[in-house]
Amino acid sequence: MSEELKFTYNVDGEDFNSAGQASVSVKKNLRQLGIDPEIIRKVSIAMYEGEINMVIHAHGGTADVFVDDEKIGIVLSDKGPGIADISKAMQEGYSTATDTVRALGFGAGMGLPNMKRYTDYMNIESQIGEGTTITMHVKYQ
Amino acid sequence: MTIHDIKELLDARVCCGEEILNRSILSACASDMMSDVLAFAKNQAILVTGLMNPQVIRTAEMMDMKCIVFVRSKMPSDEMVNLAESCSIVLLSTDMLMFETCGVLFTKGLIGKGDTQ
Repeated sequence: MSEELKFTYNVDGEDFNSAGQASVSVKKNLRQLGIDPEIIRKVSIAMYEGEINMVIHAHGGTADVFVDDEKIGIVLSDKGPGIADISKAMQEGYSTATDTVRALGFGAGMGLPNMKRYTDYMNIESQIGEGTTITMHVKYQ
Repeated sequence: MTIHDIKELLDARVCCGEEILNRSILSACASDMMSDVLAFAKNQAILVTGLMNPQVIRTAEMMDMKCIVFVRSKMPSDEMVNLAESCSIVLLSTDMLMFETCGVLFTKGLIGKGDTQ
């Protein structure tokens, strides 16, 4: 493909049950583009974790997915409370999620580490009280 | 082993996906923590869990899993069944406990490592 493709999704922060819908759509769109299933799996998991985080911590946000010749880019933006200590948040097992969220099977402190694990590049920009933007790339090779 | 074999071994009810029980399965993972499934599962075709919410189905879909076994007699909601049908995932429900379920499947040949590992 010669031109970059872009998909934009709104992530509803009000309903935990509907979290993940954007990731499901991304997966379908990437399949239709004929992208390698292993690349799709990495993108889907990273985006799904990000989506869950946006619902749990930030009352939703937006997700932009870019597809070009070399990679798939994901930009997740929210206007939530921000991440106080990014290096702590990147540690496996560290979580500020509530017991309610844990009872739903998430909040084990694996979200951000998982997003890093499944992507080739990840950058977090966060301001307390203003929000967080996470950029991730998954390369084809 | 097929999903139908697993249904028989676990004496499980089929909640959806009756028409695709002939799918072949080599490996499984078991957890009530979806974050761990997303972190550690790789190409495992079956998820064994006692957790009941729509995110269980989405997690399985993200991991390209073919079947979910709900343990401890738990039955999925209509919303979960609809989600599973939309992504062709078989849902089974067994009266067995998690430990027992894993034991039976492991003894009969399912492995913990992914299909392609």
